[in-house]
Amino acid sequence: MHEMALAEEVRRIVEEVALAQSSRRVASVVLEIGELAAVEVDALRFCLDLALHGGAAEGASLEFVSEPGEGICPHCGARGPLHARLDPCARCAGYGVRPVAGTAMRVKAVEVA
Amino acid sequence: MNRHAALQLREAYNANVFSVPELKAGEAGVCSVCGCGGVAYQIGDSGPREGRGLNRRTLAWQSTAHAGGPHLGPADTRQERGHAESGRRIALEQAILSRNDRQARQNRMDFAQRGIRAINLMSGPGAGKTSWLVRTLEALPEAMPAAVIEGDQQTDLDADRIRATGVPAVQINTGKGCHLDAAMVAAGSARLGPASDSLLFIENVGNLVCPAAFDLGETAKVVLLSVTEGQDKPLKYPDIFAAADLLVITKSDLLPHVEFDPQIAHGFAQRVNPKLSMLLTSARSGEGITEWLAWLAALPRGTSARMEEIPGG
Ligand SMILES: Nc1nc2c(ncn2[C@@H]2O[C@H](COP(=O)(O)OP(=O)(O)OP(=O)(O)O)[C@@H](O)[C@H]2O)c(=O)[nH]1
Ligand SMILES: [Mg+2]
Ligand SMILES: [Zn+2]
Ligand SMILES: [Zn+2]
Ligand SMILES: [Zn+2]
Repeated sequence: MHEMALAEEVRRIVEEVALAQSSRRVASVVLEIGELAAVEVDALRFCLDLALHGGAAEGASLEFVSEPGEGICPHCGARGPLHARLDPCARCAGYGVRPVAGTAMRVKAVEVA
Repeated sequence: MNRHAALQLREAYNANVFSVPELKAGEAGVCSVCGCGGVAYQIGDSGPREGRGLNRRTLAWQSTAHAGGPHLGPADTRQERGHAESGRRIALEQAILSRNDRQARQNRMDFAQRGIRAINLMSGPGAGKTSWLVRTLEALPEAMPAAVIEGDQQTDLDADRIRATGVPAVQINTGKGCHLDAAMVAAGSARLGPASDSLLFIENVGNLVCPAAFDLGETAKVVLLSVTEGQDKPLKYPDIFAAADLLVITKSDLLPHVEFDPQIAHGFAQRVNPKLSMLLTSARSGEGITEWLAWLAALPRGTSARMEEIPGG
């Protein structure tokens, strides 16, 4: 997953908010990265530190919240936690559990000063 | 952190001229960010081991001199205090890739209106995308016009190979490197002006990681895996196999020389994508071309072959 491309998009979104709010400083950014989103939070944090440089959100507090992964088994229909795409169904041990939650990557909230 | 150096890194990233000597954890070297000396360590693991340009792997190497807060020191300190400040909190809930997803929807509508079926070809570097595409274009009946968007990073070579077949091709300068996005495809398509009811092949950048997350507005995603890459690739890069509509095993002519069982590779891919079907092909021998042409001919006009949303969308 390309964390740098994501970081640039976060900057764009955050700058838009700051502009709309007539604010020149963003105090904090809350990001939601789902458990199944295939994003390395450490790497994203590192890229954000670069991408936000020189903008309204430079030095903003970055808060990451995780959305737990959840899936539905195609064999037995069970819905339950899914921590990795390749994990088998907890009930019947079958593969191919379809993720229904935990794949999102979102800017949840922005706090402007 | 050294802001100047960091900014240079970001500019270099955007200009796609970035290169960092690869270090193994524990090796001595020069920090890729601020130039300080020290011993390399890795932030996070499981970065892409393939693909070119700046990726998680090249970003990840840093000096242990920064251990505990590598180049994030000042920002980290601020984070602790962040919530003490009072400000207006704006709830957004906006997908990070929302701009790409919007453009992808637009592309999908444009393609549908003109009966164009767009096929996103994804694989690791050198799996045989261009070779298979050339073979395909030579075999396509006249009733199936085609055009090609090439997503190679630096060179025009792949587009030249395509044009040699007489099919129009544009080379997209990916700039940022390791994947195509929906805006690049829109720009490429505008330059190409593919005929109504044609097949639009999109050769993505050779990379098994990023392309999985970027919806291009394509009709179908095809993942290619060569028999020389190892049958366990689907276990190492599950996301791209989960996103695919078809698995094409390439270079089948080499099967006698390698340890690769197409059924096993297919089974691994089906662990994340139970409905995924597989074609065994060779650009050299032509194996699988008939089945592939039939699969292409059956692609629906005006919808996505797959109703399910792509991960992370
Ligand atoms: N034996 C054999 N070699 C093949 C076949 N298809 C491609 N190759 C070889 O594999 C190498 C890479 O092929 P390309 O078609 O350039 O692969 P690609 O996926 O387009 O590569 P990138 O665009 O650089 O990621 C070349 O040396 C080809 O000659 C095949 O069917 N059989
Ligand atoms: Mg190629
Ligand atoms: Zn089950
Ligand atoms: Zn350093
Ligand atoms: Zn990428």
